[in-house]
Amino acid sequence: MRYLIPVVVLAALVVLFAFGLQHDPREVPSPLIGKPAPAFNLKLLDDGTSYSNADLKGRPVLVNFFASWCEGCQVEHPVLLKLAREFNVEIIGMDYKDKPEDVTNWLARHGSPYRKVVMDEEGTAGLDWGVYGVPETFVLDAAGTIVYKQIGPMTEQAWREKIAPLMAGAKP
Amino acid sequence: MLLALLPMLASATNAADISGLNAEQEARYRTLTNQLRCLVCQNQNIADSDAPLAADLRNQVKRQLLAGESNQQITDYLTERYGDFVLYKPPFKAITLLLWFGPVLLVLLALGMAYAFARRSRSTAKTVAVDEDKLRKLLEENK
Repeated sequence: MRYLIPVVVLAALVVLFAFGLQHDPREVPSPLIGKPAPAFNLKLLDDGTSYSNADLKGRPVLVNFFASWCEGCQVEHPVLLKLAREFNVEIIGMDYKDKPEDVTNWLARHGSPYRKVVMDEEGTAGLDWGVYGVPETFVLDAAGTIVYKQIGPMTEQAWREKIAPLMAGAKP
Repeated sequence: MLLALLPMLASATNAADISGLNAEQEARYRTLTNQLRCLVCQNQNIADSDAPLAADLRNQVKRQLLAGESNQQITDYLTERYGDFVLYKPPFKAITLLLWFGPVLLVLLALGMAYAFARRSRSTAKTVAVDEDKLRKLLEENK
């Protein structure tokens, strides 16, 4: 009996560490999950017309914060292109702290997965959405409520396991 | 030599931030930026961090101080967006109970174990205690 105690303590530690190792401390859970998308009113890259959070309602969309200077965005770019082309997902790009000419060149070089590109040159929308490092992708339902946040590059696994079930309407 | 220059660089970046604040606002600015965590470099507060996000958050704190917001309003603004994680001092609520009382529980557990061990060694001491009558009898028999 008395030899059982260290074994139990060790087992408890193993469980604790196994849990801790699978948890990425860089992924800070967003307090915005389950809340309406924060308000913004910014200009579109194409024609300079204004685009606001109200325009995100009515269908499920992905809101992807990216920038031409961001390396992780290049990593996820092929995945976003695939989602847009093969699964017909509506992706709204929020160009975070970037210049129109830079992002235009970048999109010409890599291809654009975005239905619309919104210019967040000052990063004000980024601040209101709790973005702390691009790329970050928010999943919005048809009511404009944030239902999921992908921190870091989008992956096919994240799409398949987490996001696709939340965006049932986007399947081909 | 380079290390000696580092604090000067740090104070130079901070000095630029506080222009336009009065003495009272400046003191609150220092308190707030020291209590808020930078989410990019998670073991630094936003006062010490050189990350662009930390600069944005410092500017936000400054702007809100100038707009006359209270410390509570400013921290609320940031926790609404980034969660309790931006606060170095976690708030007291149901989900953080273990965080606040965990150490106390561990101390109580340790005291309990120490007490149990002390009691056990006392009772073993009793069983080893010599029965003097028996001992005397044994000694006399062997004379």
